[in-house]
Amino acid sequence: MTWLDIVILIVKCIVLTLAATTMFAYFTLFERRLLARLQNRVGPNRAGAIPLPGGQRILGGWLQPAADAVKLFFKEDVVPVMADKWVYIMAPGFAVIPALIIWVAIPLGYWPDGAGGNLLQLAEIDVAILYLLAVTSVGVYGIAIAGWASNNKYSMLGGIRATAQVISYELALGLAVLGVVMQAQSFRTDTIVDAQTTLWYIVPQFLGFVIFLVASTAEVVRAPFDLVEAEQELVGGYNTEYGSMKFALFFMSEYIKLIAMNAIAVTLFLGGWKVPGLQTLADAVTASFGANIGNAVFGLTSLGAFLLKVTVLSFVSVWVRATLPRVRYDQLMDLGWKVLLPLALINVALTAIVNVILPDNIWISGIVLFVLGLATLIGATILSRPKYTSSQVTMVKNNARS
Amino acid sequence: MTSAPVATRDLSIPSPGDITRPALAGEKETMVLNMGPHHPSTHGVLRLVVELDGETVVNVAPDVGFLHTGIEKSMESKTYQKSLVMTDRTDYLAPLSNNLCYVLAVEKLLNCEIPPRATAARVLLVELQRISSHLVWLGTHALDLAAMSVFLYGFREREQILDIFELVSGARMMTSYFRVGGLAYDLPAEFPATVQAFLDIIDGRIDEYEDLLTHNPLWLERTKGIGILDAEAAVAFGVTGPGLRAAGISWDLRKDMPYCDYDSYDFAVPIAQNGDTYDRYLVRMAEMRQSARICRQALQRLHDLGPGPYVTTDRKIAPPPKSEITHSMESLIHHFKLWTEGFKPPRGDAFVAIESPRGELATYIVSDGSPKPYRVHMRTPSFVNLQALPYMARGYLVADLVALTASMDPVLGEVDR
Repeated sequence: MTWLDIVILIVKCIVLTLAATTMFAYFTLFERRLLARLQNRVGPNRAGAIPLPGGQRILGGWLQPAADAVKLFFKEDVVPVMADKWVYIMAPGFAVIPALIIWVAIPLGYWPDGAGGNLLQLAEIDVAILYLLAVTSVGVYGIAIAGWASNNKYSMLGGIRATAQVISYELALGLAVLGVVMQAQSFRTDTIVDAQTTLWYIVPQFLGFVIFLVASTAEVVRAPFDLVEAEQELVGGYNTEYGSMKFALFFMSEYIKLIAMNAIAVTLFLGGWKVPGLQTLADAVTASFGANIGNAVFGLTSLGAFLLKVTVLSFVSVWVRATLPRVRYDQLMDLGWKVLLPLALINVALTAIVNVILPDNIWISGIVLFVLGLATLIGATILSRPKYTSSQVTMVKNNARS
Repeated sequence: MTSAPVATRDLSIPSPGDITRPALAGEKETMVLNMGPHHPSTHGVLRLVVELDGETVVNVAPDVGFLHTGIEKSMESKTYQKSLVMTDRTDYLAPLSNNLCYVLAVEKLLNCEIPPRATAARVLLVELQRISSHLVWLGTHALDLAAMSVFLYGFREREQILDIFELVSGARMMTSYFRVGGLAYDLPAEFPATVQAFLDIIDGRIDEYEDLLTHNPLWLERTKGIGILDAEAAVAFGVTGPGLRAAGISWDLRKDMPYCDYDSYDFAVPIAQNGDTYDRYLVRMAEMRQSARICRQALQRLHDLGPGPYVTTDRKIAPPPKSEITHSMESLIHHFKLWTEGFKPPRGDAFVAIESPRGELATYIVSDGSPKPYRVHMRTPSFVNLQALPYMARGYLVADLVALTASMDPVLGEVDR
């Protein structure tokens, strides 16, 4: 590896980091506008509006993330007197770095560099899945440390909740991913994407997909599993004592992790960057404009498809946040250990059995697995339905007393 | 939960000092968490000193008084008319109910006649107030459990009610619209149409909130069996309003001690059995529908009564209209006397209780024959209901504490007065 390669690698890393942070910034805008729409509000629509000659203003709000960032940069940086100073300062870093390095192993698209490599995937790791699982769970250290170092009871409760929550959902998440690994017979993300050319894994691994969505929402402490910060109970949870850019870093880590989880879900279950007809389009462009343009078209289209799929999942995240109440701590544990973990184990067993018994045809085994997964899911829903004492409202017309 | 008799259960209401004292030898070490007075979900400046074992609430001491404004005392140095505006400030989510309770007490003291048009308008506006108050409760309760959209949906409808208040009184919240003897002004011409427009949509909107919550598994998980307040304990604590009715006791002053001709309206009192957070939710949702029903009847009654006096014609109590003052010496004197001195109720006392959105709201006035009340006391439901909080919260989690506090719907202005 020459020093030039190293420079190129560093440039790639910087570009990826900037891309991830920009994505975070615009995801916050996307979320705020969408939440506002779901709640009969307008949302941020002022910053950066461009006045038209007719007196109309368009694109209002597109500079809102920049305005937010500027605001947070200029806030006073307060360290509580009783806090453990160095740990307190380091905690946001522990949270944000794992969130950023998740992205190296995700194939964002496919842009052949002519030498068998892919420009849109920074690191082609043989054990990419293990890497992703490891990195996504390391982020909890930041939260736990922040909760402890702030020396605040609310923060501490938040930190403890975070640790318990992430450990509980780690297992279900890993087992949900295992189904995909068994289907693709590989730990490499690019191989997994390639294996989904005929059929996206959401069909054979439908049960795994549902478990992954729920567990990943819990893993990134997102509503309705956001009890780590639970504004209404713990004020702000682990980040109660954080302000200025340190708070922004926590905020950033949370959202980047959320987008990264959606990106992983797309890679594993929704065919990654694959869209039907992509190869035909690239071939046609290559035939008339040459290989470089053809590769570029292939790369950009696949990147666009990937981002579109991530946006769809992000929409679901925001939608869920607008609709559902938060679960309680013990209910969260119950769901993780008593429902998701057994379901994920069943999913692994089903995948193994079906892939061994049935012929090696993705359509047959896929549909069989889909039906089995759906049946398991419905069965689990019925079985785990809690028994409540019935509530009845009686209308009293005339009291006996009067 | 209802099996053990009250005597064997812990009905004590600890003070903050009971919780913050150091653990005695042999006692389990617990964590003391100070929630409030500045906390997102204590609905005002309520301070809860919570004793936690892990996340389980061992004990909780509500500490009140952070919003004490001396309203009752201030009333003693104001004339009866001027004291009225202070009642708006106690339960700031239901100012018209407070107005009503106060003017009814003064009217009882004066023994004065109220024109039927004013009574019907009072009923209509107070029921609208109940809906708006319950909408704030619904929104904040849902928000406390992080179902945040309901909050904004509820406020959309509340906005419409506040617009109606603004239409009749010029103010959206501190209305002071009910005056001793009737109303402050006549109802404006566009009033019936505006109210009708609201009544046409409200039932559908309540269905909308119920779609989001009533059968939502997460909502059920968070509210079912949480913060149980059984009938026996509710009575022991003097809890009234939806908290009592959710425990299965049908006690609604509109039925049981009718005022403002409530006995001539056709409505029902919703009650439930379990006394948990979910039942309190169901009862309030049903109450909103019943209130809308009363509003429709009151609107019809206003229509049937046609135009007429909106305030008593007794010039010793209510000022004469401006047009009369310009050419009647008598009226001018009445106006002057009322504005400089106020009216003088006979010596005696009056006690009036009404059903406010939060429960039994009562005003007790002692008159010494002067134009200023000798003593005014308000029996405010939030204060009394809050006493049950430690009983309800023991043994549940911190998250439940937030849910059940919200389901009691305390208004701190009313708790501290």
